[in-house]
Amino acid sequence: MTLLEQFQLWLGSIWPEWAAYITPAIIGVVVVLGFVLTTVIIFIYLERRLLGRFQIRTGPNRLGPEGIFQPIATALKVLLKEDIVPAKADKAVHWLAPVIVFAPILLIFAVVPFGKGAIFTDLNVGIVYVVAISSLSAVGIYMAGWASSNKYALIAALRAVAQMVSYELPVILSILGVVLMVGSLSMNQIVESQSIPFILLQPLGFVIFFLGTVAEMNRCPFDLLEADSEIVAGYHTEYSGMKFALFYLGEYGHAVAYSAIIATLFLGGWQGPLLPPIIWFLIKIVAVFCFIVWMRATLPRLRVDQLMAFAWKCLLPLAVINLFIIAAEVLWLPESMPWIMVVLNFAFAGVLILLWSKLFTLGGGRVEV
Amino acid sequence: MKFERYGIGIAKGMMVTFKHLFRSPITVQYPEEKLAVSRRIRGNELVWYPDRCTGCATCAKSCPHGNIEIVTHVGDENSYVVDKFEVDTGRCMFCGLCVESCPYEALAMGISYERAQYRRGDMVLSKDALLLSDIRRPSGYARPKVEVTLPKQTLLVYWDKDREEGGQKVNFLTLSKKRGRGV
Repeated sequence: MTLLEQFQLWLGSIWPEWAAYITPAIIGVVVVLGFVLTTVIIFIYLERRLLGRFQIRTGPNRLGPEGIFQPIATALKVLLKEDIVPAKADKAVHWLAPVIVFAPILLIFAVVPFGKGAIFTDLNVGIVYVVAISSLSAVGIYMAGWASSNKYALIAALRAVAQMVSYELPVILSILGVVLMVGSLSMNQIVESQSIPFILLQPLGFVIFFLGTVAEMNRCPFDLLEADSEIVAGYHTEYSGMKFALFYLGEYGHAVAYSAIIATLFLGGWQGPLLPPIIWFLIKIVAVFCFIVWMRATLPRLRVDQLMAFAWKCLLPLAVINLFIIAAEVLWLPESMPWIMVVLNFAFAGVLILLWSKLFTLGGGRVEV
Repeated sequence: MKFERYGIGIAKGMMVTFKHLFRSPITVQYPEEKLAVSRRIRGNELVWYPDRCTGCATCAKSCPHGNIEIVTHVGDENSYVVDKFEVDTGRCMFCGLCVESCPYEALAMGISYERAQYRRGDMVLSKDALLLSDIRRPSGYARPKVEVTLPKQTLLVYWDKDREEGGQKVNFLTLSKKRGRGV
């Protein structure tokens, strides 16, 4: 039973039934909303500072001590800008697109467990819900690109859809490995069954899931739909003001949400010694996000064909093989000896990654992916 | 077994950026931090020596913009006394023609380069503002006598004093102030 449900029961004993039903839900929504928005603001600052340090710059350090008020200034600047809609834009779709991009991210947090019982709703199909909801924002991105009546935005939108469709498959297949081991789709049970974090039990699944989600949240090196050197700003070329702010929030909200999902599925969620669960969870989210920023600071952007090849020729077959390996191990290996599985799976991961990287070499050392 | 084609390049690249985390930033936060500047720089300021100036106004005639305004009267010893010597540096392009044309070496280019002002009127420098001082020192431009006193240097390194006087080697990229964070 989650904390909110306990609160609801207790409230039902002193308040009328309808009020006891609505109040905890509203409180939960406000808490989740506050968490997402504050984390996004903090992450924007963290990313800019960290990216600066990775590139031997200082990053924003003028406003407030060490520049901590910079994201607030950025937000104010964006809010005060004029909202420009292109003359030939599809007005209704143009207006709706940022909302459709941003709203699903808040919905994802409904099933993210922040601690023991600290979850908005413990859906028994939690991870399926996450997969379904998180792909919704692709629709919003496509709407934005289509409604802008701008060729760059449309190219970005087409890229976005291709990317989402391609990377959804390996991501789901690697989630299946986790689900096979846990035997449940509920996020709470996924966390509770990780006495050993799944990153150790399924290293290959983690790599596939991580790369797939980085591609889905459109970050470097997979940020083809915002490739500013090729297509201006991609799907939000024609957006300004509050609508652009929603896209911006959506981008970082995606990063926070996927960091939370990665931490939940593979890093043991809120589990950890000594510190309280919520602290462990936040530490893991920040660690994952820092790694993503590190990748962004280092790796150059892929070409479109390389991106597709990476998804279909590399991640997808590896994910299928990973699924079969996990299934066989769950079926035949005794549950009392998980460390055998750790060693086996690390060996499998190493061999498979080596084999597949061999596949991607063409003519005289020219690396294709 | 060579690992060049197995993603080892990615790992190498990630290590490079990771090492950057522990380096001090290359950014110079200008008003708070400044790079060391050579003593031999030809800055964009003028230095005026009142005792050498005869008030001949050659500098004013040579100025392409007519920025130098000089007013004199005849003094006791049949020489000019300079009443007013004003340079409108707001319109000056620092060509140095006034310095080159001065027959008595009474004008010289300075070594400093920070001369931004908040008001346009402050750009007009009068007699007192142009005098030799600690922050307004002459450079060697068109002044061989000053030039020989300046420390020797190469393109990348210079000595803060003469090498015979125990001067230290200073790299151009070192900061003149201890590196600190911005406010």
